[in-house]
Amino acid sequence: MRDSLYEAMIKRGYSRRDFMKICAILTAMMGLEASFVPKVAQALEDKPRLPVIYLHLQECTCCAESFIRTAHPLLADMLFNMISLDYMETLQAAAGHQAEAAKAKTMQDYKDHYLVVVEGSIPLQDDGVYCTIGGRTARDILLEAARDSVAVIAFGSCATNACVQGAHPNPTGAVSVKEVVKDKPVIDVPGCPPIAEVIAGTIVHYLTFDRLPELTTLGRPKAFFNHRIHDNCNRRAYFDAGLFVEQFDDEGAKQGWCLYKVGCKGPTTYNACAITQWNNGVSYPIKSGHPCIGCSEPGFYDDMPMYSRMAHIPGTAMPFNPDKIGLAVTGATVAGAAAHGLATGVLMRKKPQQKRVEKGGDE
Amino acid sequence: MAQRIVVDPITRIEGHLRIEAELEDGKIVNAFSSGTAFRGLERIVQDRDPRDAWAFVQRICGVCTHIHAIASIQAVEDALDITVPKNAVLIRQIMTAAQFVQDHVIHFYHLHALDWIDVVSALKADPKAASALAQSLSNYARSSPGHFADVQKTFKSFVDSGQLGIFANAYWGHPAYKLPPEVNLIALSHYLDALDWQKDIARIHTIFGGKNPHPNYLVGGMACTINIDNDNTINMERLGLVFKEISKAKAFVEQVYLPDLFAIASFYKDWTYGGGIDHFLVYGTLAEQNKNNNRDEIFPGGVILNRNLNEVFDVDPRDPKQVEEFVDHAWYEYSSAPEGRHPWNGETRVKYSGPKPPYEQLDTQGKYSWIKTPLWKGKPVEVGPLARMLVGYARGNDPIKSSVDEALQRLGLGQEALFSALGRTLARGLESKLMVDYLQKSYDLLLANIKAGDSRVFDGSKWEPTSWPSSAQGVGFTEAPRGALGHWVKINNGKISLYQAVVPTTWNAAPESKGGKGPYEAALIGTPLADPEQPLEILRIIHSFDPCIACAAHIIDLKSRQDLGECLFC
Repeated sequence: MRDSLYEAMIKRGYSRRDFMKICAILTAMMGLEASFVPKVAQALEDKPRLPVIYLHLQECTCCAESFIRTAHPLLADMLFNMISLDYMETLQAAAGHQAEAAKAKTMQDYKDHYLVVVEGSIPLQDDGVYCTIGGRTARDILLEAARDSVAVIAFGSCATNACVQGAHPNPTGAVSVKEVVKDKPVIDVPGCPPIAEVIAGTIVHYLTFDRLPELTTLGRPKAFFNHRIHDNCNRRAYFDAGLFVEQFDDEGAKQGWCLYKVGCKGPTTYNACAITQWNNGVSYPIKSGHPCIGCSEPGFYDDMPMYSRMAHIPGTAMPFNPDKIGLAVTGATVAGAAAHGLATGVLMRKKPQQKRVEKGGDE
Repeated sequence: MAQRIVVDPITRIEGHLRIEAELEDGKIVNAFSSGTAFRGLERIVQDRDPRDAWAFVQRICGVCTHIHAIASIQAVEDALDITVPKNAVLIRQIMTAAQFVQDHVIHFYHLHALDWIDVVSALKADPKAASALAQSLSNYARSSPGHFADVQKTFKSFVDSGQLGIFANAYWGHPAYKLPPEVNLIALSHYLDALDWQKDIARIHTIFGGKNPHPNYLVGGMACTINIDNDNTINMERLGLVFKEISKAKAFVEQVYLPDLFAIASFYKDWTYGGGIDHFLVYGTLAEQNKNNNRDEIFPGGVILNRNLNEVFDVDPRDPKQVEEFVDHAWYEYSSAPEGRHPWNGETRVKYSGPKPPYEQLDTQGKYSWIKTPLWKGKPVEVGPLARMLVGYARGNDPIKSSVDEALQRLGLGQEALFSALGRTLARGLESKLMVDYLQKSYDLLLANIKAGDSRVFDGSKWEPTSWPSSAQGVGFTEAPRGALGHWVKINNGKISLYQAVVPTTWNAAPESKGGKGPYEAALIGTPLADPEQPLEILRIIHSFDPCIACAAHIIDLKSRQDLGECLFC
């Protein structure tokens, strides 16, 4: 780990008093008033930028694309002032063995002080031949990077639940980060992809407050995943009033009514979409007229068809969700939602496709 | 004895690509392109509701985040004979054009530029001279001496920190870098500006699709209801934001991207490597598929063989004899006789025969990639911006023809210069200008149509599966930023029974086949490397194609699983 000037001086036997004297001299040399001494001292005390190793495993790069769209903080501000993005295939200048060497150097120089961000799942089937980088498997690469890290952020639904390639029948044996990394804190930041400011916010939270964020019972930062989209939805009043879109582009749609009956998964999806919104607060799927597809929830790709309402949820609500509290709340709301649906006096559209038998055959 | 060098990972691309090259006397004499990952999605979309398919196949790629969804809904609409309202067509066009522009700018500055600009050299630049040069190239506002001094200062303290982050360990100082420090400083400054701008143009997708990456779509139209007299729908406030982002995009392309492209290209006119194979394919069009070979479409479709611009062949993705996929050197096998398969007759079974990881080298005599080899009438073809500019040129498309002629004249180059890494990079820039104009035009048409009283965005007459035939097949084909894209679907009793996509990078990154070397491989052969330890030239050529490997790698079935599905992507 590289020392700050302050740390280097202390190690060489200087006192804090000596350090402050030097700060005063430096301040004067720079032509600044004495009131600037504490600021100069702070700058010299500052730690090196937080080294980050960003791994791309079995994924589609949507998470990285989302990450680079962060508006606060701006990516450039993060890169120059907050973190040292020492390995990220999508952006880094070096390639091949030089890129791998940069990663190895960070792991060595900043042992126990770097953060690992993982985009993508880990295919374990057939010795891991379904994702190799530099001739090594995704599993090897992840375990090696995690070993001396502070923590691992599983970024996006591929990393938190294997997402689309992990959907039935999961032919490459794709698993989440948590199923591979057992001896380090793993923070799940789900979404397909997550909102840009959510990933940036998770990293900056650690930087600013010097500790990992508090997590929900599902292991996600409370700051972003504490509420359901439904709780803060801009169409919520129409749900409560029983005013629903029955078909896309109908009169209800033109009035901006609730999308529950065309399949919205907002009532069972925990994410910041309705609050933070996307692309610097412009909109989110429901606001733009499309039902939420529930992309931050485990197994959402097996929770289709997309445009059917969640009539199967009461009684068998989210069997994959170990979050007892969330489960109880969700169950109650969905039961209420179903009642609302009936209250409008419209028969539920016949589901065009049977629920997949592999997923419990609950229909 | 040839020396074998390996570059893995190829960085600044999407996905996992490995290049192995054989050198003799400092020159590449053979090359192998290997996609080293895939995700196996085919069984996942099979038996699903065709109206849901777009959301799955959109996740083929998060960089191409929009266009796979478009190809998918077009394939389903083609199969079910659904006609989409005009507003929805225009909104899709706007979103496609926005993606082209964003994608091309990001590619130029963040994925490709560091092959041509030496950021360390920018530290030596004189900010005043850089400013004078920048102001002579463009009227872009952020060009003052103070601005360039600030950028240089920021970068200098960054370098002094000793933590070089994404710029660490690269090939700075390599003899193939030719730009003066001032040009490097201007480009570095615009690298940062482009990073800031690209996040804004994505908002066009957010307005209509709710988010980006991976906005939402709808078979039969779009879900973003238009009601100009409501606060919870597409109204003038929403459209005003779209208009603002279009204007910013136009300004960025015209004032920053194109001037930089020409300034940088003028220093690399002698670097003529990276041409590769001589055949080019374009499916053409962004809206009406049956007009794809029409010369007046934004991108006319067609095939050019042997660099012969005097003859263009029509392309038809439905013809079983045109597009076929082969697995000679890909880790798959076919169950029966035909060597090549049209997507509607496609099959993929995995048969990994590569080395057990960790490995040092692939067996390139045998199979060596997860990417299949698609051929057009038995020939490998290049797809992408260069193919689009060449086919458009050969078809006599006026905007394409005049923009290519003007660019060559401005650089003092002949047509032959187009067949190179530089030509590909130039074509992408010219295309971006065509696309910002198309973006503006599509927006104007949308507003005119709404003004005329049409606010429909969705046709629900065939939404219910009861209205569908018991079996149907369709194809959705279009142009993606990286080239020709096709999705083929078969629907039986309301469910998907077969799904295939042949995507741009499958064409370009393909391994060799009976048709010869794939486009990446051929483009590398013959290129001298100044220093095999720092193969900057390889990056330059590969990046000029803008690889997208998650797209290209086949999504396949496994021998270890029962019920081998014939449904697959790519």
